[in-house]
Amino acid sequence: MQTHQAKRVEITIEAVMEGRLTKALVAAGVTGFTVLPVLGGSGRSGQWSREGQVSRAGGMVCVVCIIRPDRLDALLDAAFAVVERHIGVVSVIDCEVLRAERF
Amino acid sequence: MDGMLSLAANNLLSPIILFFALGFLAAFARSDLSIPEAIAKGMSIYLLFAIGFKGGAAVAANGIDATLILSLAAGLVLSFVLPLVAFALLRAMTGLSVTDAAAVAAHYGSISIVTFVAASSVVSASGLVAEGYMVAVAAVMEAPAILSALWLIARYDKGAAGMDAGLMREILLNGSIVLLVGSFLIGAITGAEGMDLIAPFIVAPFQGVLCLFLLDMGLVAGRGLRDARGVLKPGLFAFGVLMPLVGSGFGLLAGVLLGLSPGGVVLFMTLSASASYIAVPAAMRVALPEANPSIYLTLSLGVTFPFNLTIGIPLYLAVATFVTGG
Repeated sequence: MQTHQAKRVEITIEAVMEGRLTKALVAAGVTGFTVLPVLGGSGRSGQWSREGQVSRAGGMVCVVCIIRPDRLDALLDAAFAVVERHIGVVSVIDCEVLRAERF
Repeated sequence: MDGMLSLAANNLLSPIILFFALGFLAAFARSDLSIPEAIAKGMSIYLLFAIGFKGGAAVAANGIDATLILSLAAGLVLSFVLPLVAFALLRAMTGLSVTDAAAVAAHYGSISIVTFVAASSVVSASGLVAEGYMVAVAAVMEAPAILSALWLIARYDKGAAGMDAGLMREILLNGSIVLLVGSFLIGAITGAEGMDLIAPFIVAPFQGVLCLFLLDMGLVAGRGLRDARGVLKPGLFAFGVLMPLVGSGFGLLAGVLLGLSPGGVVLFMTLSASASYIAVPAAMRVALPEANPSIYLTLSLGVTFPFNLTIGIPLYLAVATFVTGG
């Protein structure tokens, strides 16, 4: 089956920043993304768990978007402007998709 | 003095405090006891709905007077001023940076609605009646402290981020405030008839739901304190206990000057003494991401919340009763 190259960008960020990030992604021309809950983890800011969080302040979410390679720089610029001062991780991996016109 | 001790003992042996203690100890013992997130959220919605509606119905029964407006104004002023007091104390007592001190100060100018609900329960159990509009005062005191903290930061650090329109909207329209104020208004509009209709749902089960909710809060507070023991230096711990007493003093002054009932004074003291751990942490993560969240969450949830629940509220009740002669 014919497949097409694409970039999968995963942005793990504080839950309170989710709305700002997705708004910036849409403004940068991203046509679709998926938001996933994050159960817990550990990093430079210490270990944390979703268990026992009383507000969204302590939670994290993962925003996943798959885009055409030529749109990557615009997406990363938009994402970085939002996540720069905040706890989070941005990663990019190569992937392949079946229906290129959707991205 | 005997009366105060007996009041404190009664409070410590009440089901809500004992369930909180159970959760706290279970968390420290690393028990796997937990309340599902969705159920905890559902209980908090129920408590806000019930306390808001009851407050509105009480206002409908007693009418609106000038004291209501003055109480709202006093709550607003206190929420702006208390962070400045907290900031000065933090800078004097701890080695916190300006950013961390301002973030912590914002929490102490805002309020903890669960502490307010617990205090309302203690006031009712003591046979006192508080002004129904104290619910509206609680809602008014939620947000101004955030502005004070951002002003403090801007004063010391010109390059720091400030408030944007999106953040302001999120603070003013956060779910807790909308539900509390909405239920209050519906209670005020529907009055005694509305109360009769839903009383079986919001009166009789209230104490049981509050117990279960405080069990969860005990678990949350215990886990937070257990995981952040390294953060809690003696100066910070002392602030977490001293600041509620200082805040309650401001609340006492405001309540007495306004001529509130003894129950109303207790609630004003409790509001001024409590520290936010829901609305303000979320706002601080957006506006002041450089501030360390484990400091302000541990202080407000792990130190001040348990202090207010176990020692503070009965103390405020005893002092308010003594001062007002109620």
